[in-house]
Amino acid sequence: MKFKGGIHPDYHKLTADHATVVMPLLKRYVIPVSQHIGTPGEIIVERGQEVGRGQPLTSPAGFVSVSVHAPTSGKVKKIADFPHPLGKAQPAVEITSDGEDAWFEDIAGHGDWRDLTPARLKNIIRDAGLVGLGGASFPTHVKLSPPKEKPVDLLILNGAECEPYLTSDHRVMLEHPAEVMEGIGLLMRALGVRKALVGIENNKVDAGEALKRARPVDLDIKVHLLETKYPQGSEKHLIYALTKRQVPAGGLPMDSGVVVQNVGTALSCHDAVKLGRPLTERVVTVTGSAVREPANVMVRVGTPVAEVIDFCGGLTGDVGKVIFGGPMMGIVQSNLAAPVLKGTSGILCLVESEISQFQGAPCIRCGNCVDACPMFLVPSIMGLLVERNRFADLGEYHITDCIECGSCAYVCLSRRPLVQFFKRGKLEWHEHVKQLEGSVS
Amino acid sequence: MLTPTAVLAGIGLVSGLGLAVAAKVFAVEIDPRQEEINDQLPGANCGGCGYAGCADFSAALVEGKADPGDCPVCDDATLRLLGEIMGVEVGESVRHVALIMCQGGLSVAHREGRYNGHASCASADLIAGGGKLCSYGCLGLADCQAVCAFGAIEMIEDCIARVIPSRCTACGKCVAACPKHLIRLVPANTQIHVLCSNTEKGAAARKACNVSCLGCKKCEKTFEDDPRIIIHDHLAKVDYLKPPTDQAVVEVCPTGALTVRLLDREDRARQPS
Repeated sequence: MKFKGGIHPDYHKLTADHATVVMPLLKRYVIPVSQHIGTPGEIIVERGQEVGRGQPLTSPAGFVSVSVHAPTSGKVKKIADFPHPLGKAQPAVEITSDGEDAWFEDIAGHGDWRDLTPARLKNIIRDAGLVGLGGASFPTHVKLSPPKEKPVDLLILNGAECEPYLTSDHRVMLEHPAEVMEGIGLLMRALGVRKALVGIENNKVDAGEALKRARPVDLDIKVHLLETKYPQGSEKHLIYALTKRQVPAGGLPMDSGVVVQNVGTALSCHDAVKLGRPLTERVVTVTGSAVREPANVMVRVGTPVAEVIDFCGGLTGDVGKVIFGGPMMGIVQSNLAAPVLKGTSGILCLVESEISQFQGAPCIRCGNCVDACPMFLVPSIMGLLVERNRFADLGEYHITDCIECGSCAYVCLSRRPLVQFFKRGKLEWHEHVKQLEGSVS
Repeated sequence: MLTPTAVLAGIGLVSGLGLAVAAKVFAVEIDPRQEEINDQLPGANCGGCGYAGCADFSAALVEGKADPGDCPVCDDATLRLLGEIMGVEVGESVRHVALIMCQGGLSVAHREGRYNGHASCASADLIAGGGKLCSYGCLGLADCQAVCAFGAIEMIEDCIARVIPSRCTACGKCVAACPKHLIRLVPANTQIHVLCSNTEKGAAARKACNVSCLGCKKCEKTFEDDPRIIIHDHLAKVDYLKPPTDQAVVEVCPTGALTVRLLDREDRARQPS
């Protein structure tokens, strides 16, 4: 149950034993329109309109698109550009709460998933605005609709949570094992597979036991404990560790007959079908040495980060960095007015002394990154190529296979900003390919 | 002794004759004007004309695919010479220079985060716009300086790029390299410029930088019936087809975004020694 490459960082799972606490209702929420991979939806509410909790604020624009929903009942105060965790301001809907927190009138449970057809399940999941809650935020219903020529025979549930610090999936599995298992069942039905595997790192034995106990008798779901190693939660590595199947370069898990979903997504799918509730809240790990009371918090989507941090006792004086997600792949924040999104699994606050103040030095060709790369690439050379603006040569080094896990940068003795090189390199490489195609046609 | 000498001389003679014949038979016809033109061109191979280099451009010229004026680097005298060689009339041209529409260095523009990643503007721009509170401003990581073939861009102490007009040939390389689209080619004989690209409303622009354009319209109002500076999207823009000439206008600007730069008389900024 392992893969080659990867690293063993310090795990700092400070909040593993902290039960999830629910954050009290706020006066104001800001819900960005774009919270997933794919086309953002179109806004269907107007300024001044009364909305109920769970009422759609946007309608999907195209197949790879889902709605966002009102996190509480209240009034639409403003539709404008607001700070977004990705950096640049983006269109969002601001809602002032009326304190009632009343559900939208159309919200009603759909009964037992065993009585619903796969197509109906997929529609419910799409209308509930469900996206992968592990961080990448890919719309769930798209993953559940593989094309005919790619038969899928296995569903894998990702409970690895290999990022240091994060414990939100851990708590979900511990606190709601029965709901997660039911969610897995309905995902299996929607996908038309008979078998599911749950992969959990072996530093979360209690979560594995809880899930095993909660397994419904009529479903073939196996729970496996995996080696604790980063990036175990990467789709491709999870699939390999569990089944020894390899996803071809440039391919998707469905190319090897697998669909991977996060365990948190399974819970939200269960809520969407059983209770009819769209995705308006999620568990967020607020952690790090710069936050006074680290905790796992049930947060409404659209809550400004500053409010979540205040709820956890606020920041200590010497805070140096606030990151959305984990320390390996998270996105650094410059503005604490940015809201929590559907894909925000953690808010990590680090103190000044924990942050690298080092400007990257030249590559000494030690080869550490080559050993660490779980995709078997050569990060050292790719980094040098980007530094020298030789973007056209990046294809030869398969830069598009890089999963940006950051293992290379973690082991780099010269502390080179390798992942940043590759993010830039990928963009320039795609630009180069586009130009080549343009000149041919 | 004699035999080897004779053999070697023979080989030499045969090879020489072969080369001479080949040179005549396989001769590539080159328009004599092309070499003449090549000698006149700057030879920097900057690509500003859109061709792969000066030789490529001269070939395009004699084939009639390009005009002498397509070379942005040549001065008027060279252009007239090229015109004579080609037998075409060359009109008057206005010398342009690149101008960086931002003067928000570290001392005046506010930052919202530290950046110690890849020292390239294009890479920094991908991370939340690069760490400056003003998302329109110069990042000071010298992507423009790196592409300039003429050494016409310097990074001044305040961590911001500045064009040295006397060296600038308006090839346009830096215009394309700037991820913030801050660089414009402007006529060198103009004097008054708005050195800001922030299109946010006044309050937000002021919060971000001390020398930003607030869109207050004071400068626009000084030209009542004959607008030479136009406010669009909370940002003043000089109409370079009809530029203002009276330097006194800059005094109405509350932030100093509207400034006098005598581009045709400037040289390197004096660096403190």
